[in-house]
Amino acid sequence: MPVVAAGQPAPQFSLQRPDGGTFTHADLLGKTTVLVFYPFAFSPVCTDQLSVYNELLEDFAERAATLYGVSCDAHYSQTAFKDALNIEIEQLSDFEPKGAVCEAFGVLHPGGFPQRALVLVGPDAVVKWSYEAPSPSELPGANLIFDALSAD
Amino acid sequence: MTCVVYGDYECPFCAALEARLQTLALRVCFRHFPVRSSHPRAQPAACAAEAAHEQGAFWAMHDALFADQGRLEDPHLWARAERLGLDVARFDAVRRGDQASERVRRDFRAGVRAGVVTTPTIFVGDTAISGRATIEAVSRIEPGSGPARTH
Repeated sequence: MPVVAAGQPAPQFSLQRPDGGTFTHADLLGKTTVLVFYPFAFSPVCTDQLSVYNELLEDFAERAATLYGVSCDAHYSQTAFKDALNIEIEQLSDFEPKGAVCEAFGVLHPGGFPQRALVLVGPDAVVKWSYEAPSPSELPGANLIFDALSAD
Repeated sequence: MTCVVYGDYECPFCAALEARLQTLALRVCFRHFPVRSSHPRAQPAACAAEAAHEQGAFWAMHDALFADQGRLEDPHLWARAERLGLDVARFDAVRRGDQASERVRRDFRAGVRAGVVTTPTIFVGDTAISGRATIEAVSRIEPGSGPARTH
């Protein structure tokens, strides 16, 4: 299944927040959200991607967009990853049932981890834009997100 | 043909690329792309290069920073400024000022707009090359009317 396309409503889902709470479809409402799906915590490419996006949080905030990192790692691993990178982007875990949310968004790699993908969801919880990297080793530039945010 | 390099003074691959570039007669344009979470001293180092620029010594500072990435703390930056014959007090005031950080930020944003996500990234014409591959790639560029360096 390909990544959920622009114009489609975001699926129902539940991800785990680092504090043990949940982040669900209801959390998308009324805000602009960018879900940054990445394959693994601590893998080198993800490290570069999230570090660069983190430098731009002010620019995203100016456009009223909030970024979240999503992977199938347990939330403890994600928190360790976030702390090691010294980044602020909140991490959401798709660990249990593993990969269910990635599957719902059409980004589950056959290897059981997320494809490197970006999903921009509008305040009405409808997907405004999505992108899947041609391979997990290719990093999508933040320019793609800014272009999508400017496309209104 | 100009090779545009997005780099960071704390990035080891950028230093390796720089060493290779110095053996080639190319036209090079350097732009700052410091990623603070990965390289906490990259931003102060980039501002130091800009502060040196204000005294006409950008490239001398640029070379001195890449030549010793193990020493990028403030006292090391002052020592470099002194060695280069700069007015150290002025250098220090300028490197901490808004103008230097805005100049660095301008380069960073230009890189983001061009799709840069990692360092080093080079642009040769419309082609972008990133990471280790840049070191071999620069050897294949026709020197053209080089060498020259801009930033």
